[in-house]
Amino acid sequence: MADGAQTFMERRPVLIGIHTGGVWVAERLHERLDLEEPLGTLDISFYRDDFSQIGIHPQVKTSHLPISLDGRHIILVDDVLHTGRTIRAAMNEIFDFARPASIALAVLIVRDGRELPVQPDIIGATVALKPRQHIKLTGPNPLGIKILEKTE
Amino acid sequence: MTSARPGNGHRLRHFLTTDDLSGRAMIEILDTAESFISVGEREIKKVPLLRGKTIVNLFFEASTRTRTTFEIAGKRLSADIININTSVSATQKGESLLDTVRNLEAMHTDLFVIRHPASGAADLVARSVPSHVHVVNAGDGRHAHPTQGLLDMFTIRRYKGDFRRLTVAIVGDVLHSRVARSQIHALTALGAKEVRVVAPRSLLPAAVETLGVTAYTDMAQGLKDADVIIMLRLQFERMSGALIPSAREYFDLYGLTRERLTLAHPDAIVMHPGPMNRGLEIASEVADGPQSVILPQVTNGIAVRMAILARLAGASALESKTP
Repeated sequence: MADGAQTFMERRPVLIGIHTGGVWVAERLHERLDLEEPLGTLDISFYRDDFSQIGIHPQVKTSHLPISLDGRHIILVDDVLHTGRTIRAAMNEIFDFARPASIALAVLIVRDGRELPVQPDIIGATVALKPRQHIKLTGPNPLGIKILEKTE
Repeated sequence: MTSARPGNGHRLRHFLTTDDLSGRAMIEILDTAESFISVGEREIKKVPLLRGKTIVNLFFEASTRTRTTFEIAGKRLSADIININTSVSATQKGESLLDTVRNLEAMHTDLFVIRHPASGAADLVARSVPSHVHVVNAGDGRHAHPTQGLLDMFTIRRYKGDFRRLTVAIVGDVLHSRVARSQIHALTALGAKEVRVVAPRSLLPAAVETLGVTAYTDMAQGLKDADVIIMLRLQFERMSGALIPSAREYFDLYGLTRERLTLAHPDAIVMHPGPMNRGLEIASEVADGPQSVILPQVTNGIAVRMAILARLAGASALESKTP
């Protein structure tokens, strides 16, 4: 992923991780890329499109964007890209803070099952899963990947 | 149908009183409120959670803080808010409370915030509305003012932390105060070390001790080593007959002055739900002093009310997880 991010480096990108797994990945990436700007974090709970079905989680973490994002190039980081809905919610939230120059998407794992036209720019790995299978990042120390079989 | 207990696996449909909320359910709401604080600190103070929902603020009694903070809370959640005050509504022409509510329901209202001089008014409305409509009690008679109770708990937690170490003194007109009732229930559910009520006997409800509080008629004893002092407003509009000899004498005996404040813990915070009668229950120098958190209470009211509106209007995420 760090290699993939190299092409973005000259734009002085700001890294933003999505809670919780995306923040873990972003922390590692931030370290590897040796970025000058502090890391931002997003909790997209207030922007989810399934709020009316599942309601609000009582322990929402705070979104923390330490610098102004106006006119900046953002690399948005998440652990798994699945339906694309999280990314849509994250972009909506970012635009409530500022108008960035661009947003690129970096994900550790890309799987099938997209429901929105969302494409990653920086990819760690691509996996093909069965419909009932779920992939989950565990962490933060050490980072691990679990494949769960949904039983219904 | 009263407000269900989310901590016990039920969905929170209405928010009518703090009485039947478990300590855990309250903590959940306080935690949610904590995350809404940051929304008020953003450039764009708005999140889209309640976009497309209609909230009616139905106030049959005067209110500045409560009505305004509910309005701001709803707007920060992107809901549409309509304010209705009795002085300008059809109830002046004799329309009943439930008729008013039915008409507003016919306009596809999703949530009612109700303040009414009669105890039980919000409960009555909650029992009459269809299942997809939610009701929040913003103060009913002498009965309860649960959102104020919770915002006070939120403020106490922010300044003082763990409730189990705290001695809280509630001072003044407990008899007429729905706020005091909600606070007492909340504080006992959250496990406060000691909850005191301090007032002349004439302003204490009969058998107030059964609520789990210690009653003091002496101000100095009541304030001794308290961590939190909550002053209550003297509610002349609800008093029938002479319950206090004179305003002057009341202030001499029960007014919170700078000298009296020194009896409490040196780090004690001073709270007041407002509106304040300066020079009657509290001296101006205390109300505006370094230990006062009266204005932060108002600010916190927005986040706590956002949390309650969001919990009602969305399904409870805890529903399936709690035993």
